Amino acid sequence: MLELGKYADAILWSWGITLGLLLLLIVLTWVQSRAAKRKHDEIEARRKAGEAMK
Amino acid sequence: MSAPKQRTRQARDNINWLWEWANPVKFMWFSGLVLPYLVGLTALVMATGMIWGFFFTPEAENFGSSVKILFVHVPSAFMAISAWFMMVVASVIWLIRRHHVSALAAKAAAPVGTVFTLIALATGALWGQPMWGTWWVWDPRLTVFLILFLFYLGYMALWAAIEDPDTAADLTAVLAIVGSVFAILSRYAVNFWNQGLHQGASLSLDAEENVSNDYWFPLLLVMVGFFLFFVTMIFIRTRAEIRLRRVHALELRERMADA
Repeated sequence: MLELGKYADAILWSWGITLGLLLLLIVLTWVQSRAAKRKHDEIEARRKAGEAMK
Repeated sequence: MSAPKQRTRQARDNINWLWEWANPVKFMWFSGLVLPYLVGLTALVMATGMIWGFFFTPEAENFGSSVKILFVHVPSAFMAISAWFMMVVASVIWLIRRHHVSALAAKAAAPVGTVFTLIALATGALWGQPMWGTWWVWDPRLTVFLILFLFYLGYMALWAAIEDPDTAADLTAVLAIVGSVFAILSRYAVNFWNQGLHQGASLSLDAEENVSNDYWFPLLLVMVGFFLFFVTMIFIRTRAEIRLRRVHALELRERMADA
């Protein structure tokens, strides 16, 4: 087991915050990206259907 | 055609080749092609560097085991500053060439840069407490970094506050250029501001100033990993912004057709 000594709290909090924030950014980016793709696909499908009607 | 004219034309053609990548269709094609490889490479490099830094580095003479904070603090601070410089370059390209992809890439970089700045500030405070006996001190180097963080927040708020995307891109580009003063100060403050508690640069091209090799190699690997992470995030976020811009344009067209 890794010995972190008296600085264990500072080290674990630093790494925890870093990984947590990076993970949060990944999740947010993923969700926003999926939402943008869904909106884009919907409106493109509507546009193509409209053009086909003409 | 004379030789100088031919050379000028050749130079223009070379630059035009570069600008072709600002085409949204070409950007979507290229980013879609490389993203799966980029994600894999980023995960590999980051995991290797971070595991090496956390588990397999010795205690430092002055810092004890707290030196392990170096592997998250330094790369995040480096990327916080680099992200702002990338935003400045993209903003200048937008102002001069009016390429929408560059404006959207700058917009996409802001949340990523904000997260890196927040990590650098938080890990700096957590490291400062046991080393200096305080979480925060109004050291010039820490203060300019806090100002950079506020610039990031202001930049995102400005994008959100303005409805017309081109006006928002213009105004945020100016803000990015103004904020570059603090990005430069954050980058070089450790070299020329000697008062305060913060130590000098951990990495330098001058080998005498660098940390020992025990830390240098894993640190370099984590920095490359953070850089790849940044590029991956920019690609994904810019792709989303391009799609949203297209949605906005098509919605306007629908409304005009309905009217």
